[in-house]
Amino acid sequence: MSHDHPHRHPPQADHAEPVSHHEWLGVALNELLMEKGLYTAQELREMMAEVEAVEPSTHGARVVAHAWVDEDFRVRLLKDANTAVEALGFDSAATDLTVLENTDEIHNVVVCTLCSCYPRTLLGRPPTWYKSASYRSRLVREPRSVLREFGTQLPDSVTVRVHDSTAELRYLVLPLRPQGTDDWTEERLAELVTRDSMIGVTTARTP
Amino acid sequence: MIRPEADLTGPTPRFHIGDRVRIDARPLATHHRVPAYAKGQAGVIAKVCGEHEEPERIAFGQQHRLRRLYRVRLQQTDLWKTYEGSPTDSLDIEIFDHWLQPA
Repeated sequence: MSHDHPHRHPPQADHAEPVSHHEWLGVALNELLMEKGLYTAQELREMMAEVEAVEPSTHGARVVAHAWVDEDFRVRLLKDANTAVEALGFDSAATDLTVLENTDEIHNVVVCTLCSCYPRTLLGRPPTWYKSASYRSRLVREPRSVLREFGTQLPDSVTVRVHDSTAELRYLVLPLRPQGTDDWTEERLAELVTRDSMIGVTTARTP
Repeated sequence: MIRPEADLTGPTPRFHIGDRVRIDARPLATHHRVPAYAKGQAGVIAKVCGEHEEPERIAFGQQHRLRRLYRVRLQQTDLWKTYEGSPTDSLDIEIFDHWLQPA
């Protein structure tokens, strides 16, 4: 594909020049949509900034910490996650959000084998490894090996349940509340909730 | 709620939690949301989800059609003959109604 396309808009200031056929296809599609007036370059930049502003520590972690201290909220979160997170002031997006509760018997972990479905309004942009072919193919086949590589050792008495996000739902793992945190405030608890623990590849931090 | 077209699955779910189902093994070269490893596998309905637009039609800009979505629970030892882990380890996957049959 030609590099002297007459009216190419810069994709994003810090983007490398597209190299592959599909990257050029993406650039071309973006330009066409803007030329047709579906959105402007400014709207696109604002949308990217909005997604990049979402931090797991200030979004998803606060949902988890609140569920740890407020039993009614925990029940509501498991039953209808969309309205529960909206009540906390977060955007649940147009997708069906499903919260998976870890227990002493079940450990949940999330993957999207077909692409990179991810609860972006609560966790921001997915990490690179989440989108890698290796993680997507191996987590469904050998989840315990993958978990071990993340430093997560689980006894066989704990059932590992993988969730393949293949269609319309988005998943957030509610990790186990670490022991020894009974008198902790919600704000302090939130610091134990990492992004990876909400994907399910690790447990929450221990104090 | 306005249904864009006659909805084949209807508002009443065909399957319920605990029902045994088999995921269709049919090949399809164009866009769909059933990964190869799940095709032909049998499991149980873990959750009855809402109705969503059929991905196969969206991919070609065809008139939308709502389909019931389920979460199907498969056992890892059924999926992979050499699976290493607990025999209770499982995998939940989202499958649309038109890819499921009673098993």
